[in-house]
Order: sequence, then structure tokens, then C-alpha cells
Amino acid sequence: MTFFFFQLLNSLTFAALLFLVASGFTLIFGLMKIVNLAHGAIYLLGGYITYSVITMTGNFFLGILAAVVALALLGIFEQYLLKFAKGVDLRQVLITLGLAVMINDISLVLFGGDTLSVPVPEFLKTSVDFYDITYPKYRLFVLLFGIVVFIFLMLLMNKTKLGALIRAGVDDRETIEALGVNISRIFLITFMLGMALAAIAGGLGGAFLSLYPTADSEILVFSLAVVIIGGRGSLLGAALGSIIVASLSTFGQVWFPELSYFVIFGPMALLLAFRPNGLFGKPI
Amino acid sequence: MINKKHLFKILVLLLLIGLVVPFFTESYVISLCSLGFIYAIFAMSIDVLAGYAGRTSLCHGAIFGSAAYMTIYHVTVSGGDPFVAAIYGIIMAMIISLIFAALAVRTTGVYFLLLTLALGMIVWGICQRWTSVTGGENGLRGNIRPEWLMSAEHFYYFVLALLVISGLMMWRFVNSPFGLGLKGIRESESRMRSLGYNTTLHLILGFVISGIGAGLAGVLYAFFNSFVSPSSVALTQSVKGLLMVLVGGVGTLFGSLVGAAVLISLENLVSSFTQRWPFVMGLTFVLTMIFLPSGIVGKLLTNKR
Repeated sequence: MTFFFFQLLNSLTFAALLFLVASGFTLIFGLMKIVNLAHGAIYLLGGYITYSVITMTGNFFLGILAAVVALALLGIFEQYLLKFAKGVDLRQVLITLGLAVMINDISLVLFGGDTLSVPVPEFLKTSVDFYDITYPKYRLFVLLFGIVVFIFLMLLMNKTKLGALIRAGVDDRETIEALGVNISRIFLITFMLGMALAAIAGGLGGAFLSLYPTADSEILVFSLAVVIIGGRGSLLGAALGSIIVASLSTFGQVWFPELSYFVIFGPMALLLAFRPNGLFGKPI
Repeated sequence: MINKKHLFKILVLLLLIGLVVPFFTESYVISLCSLGFIYAIFAMSIDVLAGYAGRTSLCHGAIFGSAAYMTIYHVTVSGGDPFVAAIYGIIMAMIISLIFAALAVRTTGVYFLLLTLALGMIVWGICQRWTSVTGGENGLRGNIRPEWLMSAEHFYYFVLALLVISGLMMWRFVNSPFGLGLKGIRESESRMRSLGYNTTLHLILGFVISGIGAGLAGVLYAFFNSFVSPSSVALTQSVKGLLMVLVGGVGTLFGSLVGAAVLISLENLVSSFTQRWPFVMGLTFVLTMIFLPSGIVGKLLTNKR
């Protein structure tokens, strides 16, 4: 029972991390009808930048901030590149794929192929005890952070003008453009938000999943699974999808360590057979 | 500049050049050409699906890699005959593409790309983790070429012959009524369905046939390289194949040959003075998509009109 509860906590903390990556991913997908395949590479680069800044300054939050700023700027650049293939979704996605390959190679040059771990801040290094479980504070912090971001994004999407514009863009891009809204600016803001979230995830995840050259494609596939399960453009879908994927992966690793990758795929395939647009997705 | 009639002449000319190349070059160039031919088969198989059925796939690297794994596994671990292994490799490719097809053909466009990417990554994950069978990170190693294929020249002609045969078969396939059916689905799936076509079955069969091409390339790669590791199955492999198709021109088959030649030469050139080939490959990808979306051959064909 203790073991089960421990794994459950692991699932939830991993889900919080996945949500950080997948929420931006799904919003971009919903709004712009493209997926940013560079999202995994952004996550990894965000982790590396956080790591370097922390080792230089010793301040965890400064590290995260640096990653957010750097990658939001990269987001502007990427958005600019995508304008060259305006209106052709597939070409835009392929551009992001090429960019992902480039970013990964740059990361490899700058940070090497070794496995790095982002140092955890001093006050989160200890563990908490409740009942008969000892659990690291840091992972609980990630869980809490994920929940805060979820609430923040829900409020942003449902209570602010920006959120209303994004939701309108998800539903009907042409109409809101015709109503005189500058959709490119909304695209840019969403894009930067998604990149910033992925960068934060890289910093936070780098401390308990560690950073290594193929971490980007692993996290990318997890977020793909989240978006495929949750549905395009839905935050609630991303949250639920993250919990499902994280639990399958965590328990899969415990019960079938060699085939854990396979375990997230079965349910995904099953879901697709019945709901091709995911749990909360709308058809394109 | 060129049209379909000229294309035939060009192909015959290229074949003649291909036949005499081994007489004038050293064995390094010969094996580089063999690798190019293998990738040309691989790229053509992707183009069958991307160009004619309108489904751009990112899982062909996984099909290619699993055929290579199967071939080497059968020879080195089970101690089987290389040619039986080759057949097993292609059957493996068929099974995997059948599973992928059944899951993915209902989707289109970006969704198809995503789903095939995820499916391909799962195969990669299995090759990486299922160490008792796949050898994990270390991969599988073993010289599996039979005696008469050992020399670079013999292997070259063997691959060239298979390239010509499979190229002709794929060309015949995409121009057959079945291939035209695929084109019809690319243009409008709902219309084809209302005309009475079983579009899902049509696409699944198209996918499997394209998968056989990728499997053949994977088997040849296993013969060529005598080594397979998770990186042969990884996304990069699919990206490389797709990039060849895009550089050459989607939906032209011949473009895949050009793309494979360009990419393999470029890789060889870049790797001779820097280790940053992946960066150059990514850059080529982005630049192609921005400035030459119809590819080299596609561009030449449209200029004519």
C-alpha cells in the first residue's frame, strides 16, 4: 500500500511536469493548427540554461528566469520563421522539426553529451514524512507549481480578454481576424507563453529526471501522447491527459520495465479508435 | 527544362553511368554509392505515401530499423541463413506497417504526422529498453553478408539491381488504378468514399506497400552496415528519409533519387570537416521548406509548364 501510494505521488508529480510542457503545446496546436515539434528541444535547452545559470550564480530562480527569457526570445524568432510558410500547416510543422534538430545539435555542442542534474535549491532538499512515507519536498513543490500554473492558465483563458481572444482563435480563426483582431499578435503571445512554460519545465524537470541528449524526444513523445489523448487546444484535456500518461508510464516502469514505452501506447491507440479527436478535442 | 519524356532518357543515362561507376572509382566511393541507393529506396517508399496518398509519415525510420534489427537478429542470435533473414526482415516491416496503418490512416495532415511520430518513437523506446532482445544501447552487431556479396563491387551491383527493380515496381504501383485511387483519396477522401471506394482499406494497403519498400531498404542497410542500434530506428532516420523526399520533390519518385544523392553527398562532405552534420541537416530542412517547398525535381517540372 505504501509502495502504491509512493508511486501514485510519483505519477502526480510527473504529471505536473508533463502538464507544463503539454499545456503550451496544446494551446499552440489548438490556435495555430500546427504542432511545435521543437517543444522537446526547447524543454531540454531550457533545462541546460537553468543548469548553467544556477552553477554560475547559485540561484535556482534566477536560472529558471534566464531560461524563460532566452526561450521566449527564441519563440519570437521561430514565429518569424514560420511566417515564411504561412497558411501551409504541414510545411510549418516541418520547419519546426528542422529547428528541433538544429537546437538539439547546438545543445549538444554547448553542453556536451553527459547526463546533468539541475541542483535543487537548499530549502527544498529535505523530505517530508506523512504516515509511513518519506517524500522529497522538491517533487511536491513541482506538483504544487503544476497546479498553480493550471489554475493560472484556466483563469487566463476563461476570465481575461486575451484568453477570450485565444479561445475564439481556436474556434474560428477567420472570423476573429475579420472582426479586426490582430491574430498574429495573439499567435506570438501564445507561442512565447508555450515556450516559456516548456523552459520552466526543463528547469524543474532537469532536477529530478536529469538532462541528457535524448531527453527531448522522450518528453516530446509524452506530450504528443498527452495532446492526442486530451485533444487539441484543451487545457482540461492536457491536465487529464498528463495524469493518464504519467500514471501509465510510472506504473508501467515498475511493472513492465522493459516495455514501459509500450504501456502508454495501448490506451492511446484504443482511445483513437473511438475518439479520433481525443477526450476534449474539436475536429480540425 | 525537363519533362516526362526527357525524364526517361535521363534515367537510362543515369543507369548506364551507375553500371560503369565501379570501374573508375575506389571502393570507398562505391560503398558510398551503395548507401545512397539504399537510402533512395527508403526515400521512394516514403514518397509513395507522402506524395501519392498525401500522408506525410514520420515512422518509416522505425519500419526501416525494425527490418534491419530482425535481419541481424535472425543471423547472429538465431544463427539463420541471411536470405531467410532478409525475408523475415521484410515480413517484420509488413507487420509493423500494418499495425501503424490500422492506427494512423484515419487521420490526415498534421495529426497523421504526429501519430506516426509517436508510433515510431515507441519502436525506438522498445529497441532502447528491451535489452535482452535488441542489445539496448549497444545494438546488434554481426557480419551477415553472404560470401558472394562480400566485395564492395558485388554488393554495389546487388543494391543497384534492387533499386532498379523496386523503383520500377513503385513507379508501376503509383500509376496503377490502385495508385490513382490513392491520389483520389489525397485530393478528396469523402468523394472517393461516396464513389464506393473503401478508403480505409485502400490507405492501409498503400501504407503496407510503402512499408515493404522501407523494409527492403532496412534489410539492405543491415547487410551494408553489419550493425544496428537504436539510432537506426530513431526519429532522425525518419527525418533524414523525409528530407530526401522533400529536397527532391514530393510526389515525383525520381525526386527521391535526387534527394538521396544530394543528402548522402552533403552528409559525406560536411562530415569530412565538421561533426555538426545534424545541424546542417536541420538547417537544410528549414531552408528547403522556406525556399524550395516543391523540391529540386518538382521545381524543374513546374518551370517547364
